[in-house]
Amino acid sequence: MIVWNDPINLMSYVTYVFQKLFGYSREKAAKLMMDVHVKGKAVVSSGSREKAEWDVSRLHAHGLWATMERS
Amino acid sequence: MALKPRIRRTRKGTFALNIPREERDALRSLPGQLRDLLATDDPALERLFPPAYPADPHAQADFASVTHDDLRSGKLTSIEVMERTIDADRLDEEQLLAWLGSINDLRLVFGTRLGVTEETDERSFPPEDPRAFAFALYAYLGWLEEQAVEALAAGIDPRGIGPQSGDFEAR
Repeated sequence: MIVWNDPINLMSYVTYVFQKLFGYSREKAAKLMMDVHVKGKAVVSSGSREKAEWDVSRLHAHGLWATMERS
Repeated sequence: MALKPRIRRTRKGTFALNIPREERDALRSLPGQLRDLLATDDPALERLFPPAYPADPHAQADFASVTHDDLRSGKLTSIEVMERTIDADRLDEEQLLAWLGSINDLRLVFGTRLGVTEETDERSFPPEDPRAFAFALYAYLGWLEEQAVEALAAGIDPRGIGPQSGDFEAR
């Protein structure tokens, strides 16, 4: 499951959403946020298709631009 | 001169809102505008309902059929909470999360319509630009959201709650 960079969401907000939804440490969440910001996208969580769809829908509910990774 | 913070976490775990009247008046109609927008097929809504399968219309249709209504009703609930508490001096966490959700959705709509990029700043919309007011509102919402995030994030353990929380197959 991939999160894409967007120029609107605040960096602090994206970090907070990763902490809140995935239970990541602040450090890990901030690193993933920077990966998204600098590289344009990052794999933020993985797992079965069902779990990835669930994570994508939760990220959408928080206004993040997430898509399913094509495998 | 530093502006006074508008949102502050209290020791009781609630959130004090110190928002001047004129700012509340500027915010007041925004949740309703977002609700009205949700009843349309405005292109800015694509950013609020992004595709999970951009290259696979069939899979996307299945995904949307399962998720779209919940996503929409979640937004409407947040809008309703923000409207109901627009003059409150204090919010509980659930209420502030509703404000955060609506404010973030509003920023996504404004930012999309204004064509905001990584390079956009206040010089992109000088006072004579007809979009200057919308951009000022967008910037204000960002400033307010930053404070909401800071206040909410202070309630999360910075060490996280362990890798298994984001990986339910490992259980």
